[in-house]
Amino acid sequence: MKTLEDLRAIREKAQRELASRSSAAKYRISVAMGTCGIAAGARNVMSAILDELNKRNVTQAVVTQTGCLGYCDQEPMVQVTGPNNVTITYGKVTPEAARRIVDEHILKDSVVSAYVFKQG
Amino acid sequence: MRELSLNILDIVMNSIEAGATRVITAIVESPSRNLLQIAVRDNGRGMSDELARSVLDPFVTTRTTRAVGMGLPLFRQTALLAGGDLRIDSQIGKGTTVIAFMQLHNLNRPPLGNIVDTMMNLMTASPNVHFFYAHLTDGGRFCFDSFRLFSIMAEHDCSIYEAADRARQNFENGLRRIGARLF
Repeated sequence: MKTLEDLRAIREKAQRELASRSSAAKYRISVAMGTCGIAAGARNVMSAILDELNKRNVTQAVVTQTGCLGYCDQEPMVQVTGPNNVTITYGKVTPEAARRIVDEHILKDSVVSAYVFKQG
Repeated sequence: MRELSLNILDIVMNSIEAGATRVITAIVESPSRNLLQIAVRDNGRGMSDELARSVLDPFVTTRTTRAVGMGLPLFRQTALLAGGDLRIDSQIGKGTTVIAFMQLHNLNRPPLGNIVDTMMNLMTASPNVHFFYAHLTDGGRFCFDSFRLFSIMAEHDCSIYEAADRARQNFENGLRRIGARLF
């Protein structure tokens, strides 16, 4: 049986690790989770991204959620910010497209032009 | 929204945008009382009485805060159609509680849907927020704390994605054990 102190220590260790992984991450993937995004299927897109990152053991990317980006007709939207701080915004992303983004953009540094909505 | 778990994701996103560091999601699913109740409580910045009232009206909505949108009116409409209602209790500086209740056995009640996906996505994408999930049925109670993800991560020395994948099984089994009907 772990004491409350042990648990606190575990959490702090994990949070420190997460913070260092996050600052070392090459890519930041952010899924728009406003009402419009959620209604358009953003949750399944995000699940696909998490699943793909886990399956391929990707450590150079962190995933976050943001609110409405203001382009409801383009939802579900995914933004990928790279090492040069350039952000690519993908629109009308399906779970399959999301897996492609992980495969091509995150793992091969190649933007998936078919889904790009906005660049920079 | 096709499933209630998407409405839940939507209101928890409001909590995160309101700066919450703690979010409690509680679901009561009781066939004997013909009740499905969904409560989300956060410690975010809260709303004034006036704002709390106006967020339920899609036509009064002002776009001054990002927490305001179509989500809550839609969720309330869903609850009303299924023989229930939605209430908001909010205090500036303290946080907000949203409670939606409806008849469990009502043809207009949408399925709960994939609540596991909803919670795991939130927990992995916002590790700085402490999430607590409780699900009560006539058959028992299941709780999941986002803290558990960290424990798994530390114990197995794995990524948060792998920890989430492991926790998912645990989450699903727990819900099955108490007879939660995930539809």
